[in-house]
Amino acid sequence: MATDDIYILGIDMTKFGKHPDLDLVDLASAATMGALADGGVTMRDIGVLAAGSLLNANAGIGQQLQKQIGQTGIPVYNVANACATGATALRVAYMAVKSGECDMGLAVGVEKLSGAGLLSGGSRPSDDGTWTPKGRYGAVAPIDGRIGTETMPGVFAQIGMEYGHRYGGTSFELFARISEKNHSHSTLNPKAAYQKRFTLDEIMHDVMIAYPNTRPMCSANCDGAAAAVVVGGAKLKTLSMQQRSRAVKISASVLTSDPWEEGCQVLPNVNTLTRNAAQQAYEQAGVDPQDLDLVELHDCFATAELVHYDNLGLCSEGGAVDFFESGATWRDGATPVNVSGGLESKGHPIAATGIANIWEVATHLRGEAGNRQIEGARLGLAHVIGLGSACGVHILERIAA
Amino acid sequence: MTRQTDEEKSAVVQIPIVEYLVLGEDPHLEVNECVACHARFFDRRNACASCEGVAFQRTRLQPEGEVRAFTIVAFAAPGVPVPFVAALIDCDGTSVRANLIDVTPDAEHVHLGMKVRFCTQSLGLDEGGTEAVGFGFKPLA
Ligand SMILES: [Zn+2]
Repeated sequence: MATDDIYILGIDMTKFGKHPDLDLVDLASAATMGALADGGVTMRDIGVLAAGSLLNANAGIGQQLQKQIGQTGIPVYNVANACATGATALRVAYMAVKSGECDMGLAVGVEKLSGAGLLSGGSRPSDDGTWTPKGRYGAVAPIDGRIGTETMPGVFAQIGMEYGHRYGGTSFELFARISEKNHSHSTLNPKAAYQKRFTLDEIMHDVMIAYPNTRPMCSANCDGAAAAVVVGGAKLKTLSMQQRSRAVKISASVLTSDPWEEGCQVLPNVNTLTRNAAQQAYEQAGVDPQDLDLVELHDCFATAELVHYDNLGLCSEGGAVDFFESGATWRDGATPVNVSGGLESKGHPIAATGIANIWEVATHLRGEAGNRQIEGARLGLAHVIGLGSACGVHILERIAA
Repeated sequence: MTRQTDEEKSAVVQIPIVEYLVLGEDPHLEVNECVACHARFFDRRNACASCEGVAFQRTRLQPEGEVRAFTIVAFAAPGVPVPFVAALIDCDGTSVRANLIDVTPDAEHVHLGMKVRFCTQSLGLDEGGTEAVGFGFKPLA
C-alpha cells in the first residue's frame, strides 16, 4: 500500500427508516461510534471532522456531535452541498489527510426526513392582493406551477424524458421497471428503509407524483446517518493486521459542479458534471467502467437512474435503455447497480446518502455483505448528485492485505 | 375576478408575471444575451456564466418551439392547481421553461417532440384592477 494513498479504515451507517426517538445528534453519534469501532480507533485518533446535515445546515452538527461523544479540539468543517453533502464531507476529510495536515479524518452525514413530504418546489411569495413584482425575475405571482415546475419529482421526470427525446426507447413502463429492480434488491438489505418487493403493476398503478414518476419511483424520505474514518497509507502501515486487511482503498475522490451549457439554468443539467466527475475518477483510479463489480448511483428518481448509466459510462453513449434491458444492472447482471435498494427503497436521508453509498460498496469489497454479497467484488463506484449542482464520485478498491 | 364591460377592459392596466415577458401588441419573451458568446439568461448577470463577458443585449425569443422534455405534475405545493404539464421547450436553440396549456394533461395528449407556440393567458385582476398576464405554450394545430 502506497504511503500517499487514502483508505477507508472504518465505516458504518444506521438503519435507514423512522427513528422517532432519536434526534440528529443521536443518529450521528450512533453512526460515528460504529465507524470508529469498525476502524478500531477513537476520537483521540481523529485529526479533522467534516459533518453535514442539510436541512439543519446552520446547526453546527459537527460540534454537537463532538459534545455528544468526544471533544478533542480538532478542526470541524460543517458542510452543506445539497444531496452531495455526505460525499462532500468525505472529500473534505480525504483532502485534509491527503494534504498531510493529519493522518486520520472523520466524515459524518445525518438527516431526519421521516414524514417530510414533498421536498422543494412551492417558492411562492404570498399573494397579498396586489400584483407586485418581486425577486430576481420581477415575478408578480408564484412561479412554481405557473412557469413549469420546481418540484424534484417533476424536475427529474423531465431529465429522464429529455434522455428519451434525445435517444428514444424510454417509456413509463421502462422507468417503472428500474424502480422494480431497486425495490427487489432492497429485500436483501436489512438497513433499507423499505424491504418490500413491488410488482411492476403495483409500481405503475401507485399514486402518480409527476409523470412518469409514481410514488415508489421517488426517493424515500427517512431518517438516517452514516460515518466514515479515512486514514493515510503511512499511518495505515503502523496499524494492526486486522485493521489493514479490512481497509478499503479510495482509488478516486472527485467533486464537480456544472460548467455552463445552454439550458443548464432552465432545467438542471445533471449529465455533464456527472460525466466530468466519472471521467476524472476513472483516470485517477486507472480503471475502466467495465471493470466495476458494483455501482451505487444517485437514483433520487427512477428517471434519474437511467441517465446516470450513460453519464457514468456504464454503457455506450445513448445506450442506457438497451443496457438496462439487457439485465446488466440487476444484482446478477454484468454491472449490478444499487444492490442496496438505492434511494428509492433504501431511502434518502439527504446528508447521509453520500456516505451510506460508500458503506454499501465498502461492505461488498470487504466480503461482509451477507446474503446480498456480490461475490468476489474488488472494485466499486459510488455516485451522488445534488442540484445546484454538485456531483461526487468515489471509486473504492479492495486491497491485498 | 370580476366581470367587466369592453370599455373597462380596454382601460385595464396589464403587468407581466415576470419581467422577461414583454406585453403589448405582440407579446413575447425577452432574454439577456451575452454580446460576446450569445449565451442567454432569463434574469440579470454581472458577468456571463459562459465567457465572463460583461456586455448584454435584450433579445427576443422565437415564439415557436419543440417540447424537449415534459412531466405531468400531479402532486404539488399547496395552492398549485394539478394536474398540469410542465415542459422544457426548445425555441430555436434556446431552452425555455413553461407550462403547456390548451392540452389535456395526460400521456396520450402530450408528446416529446410536439410542436408548440407561445401564448399568453390572464392570471386575473388584483384589488386595484391591474391584470397580471402569464404565458405558456400550446400545441400547433
Ligand atoms: Zn458570454
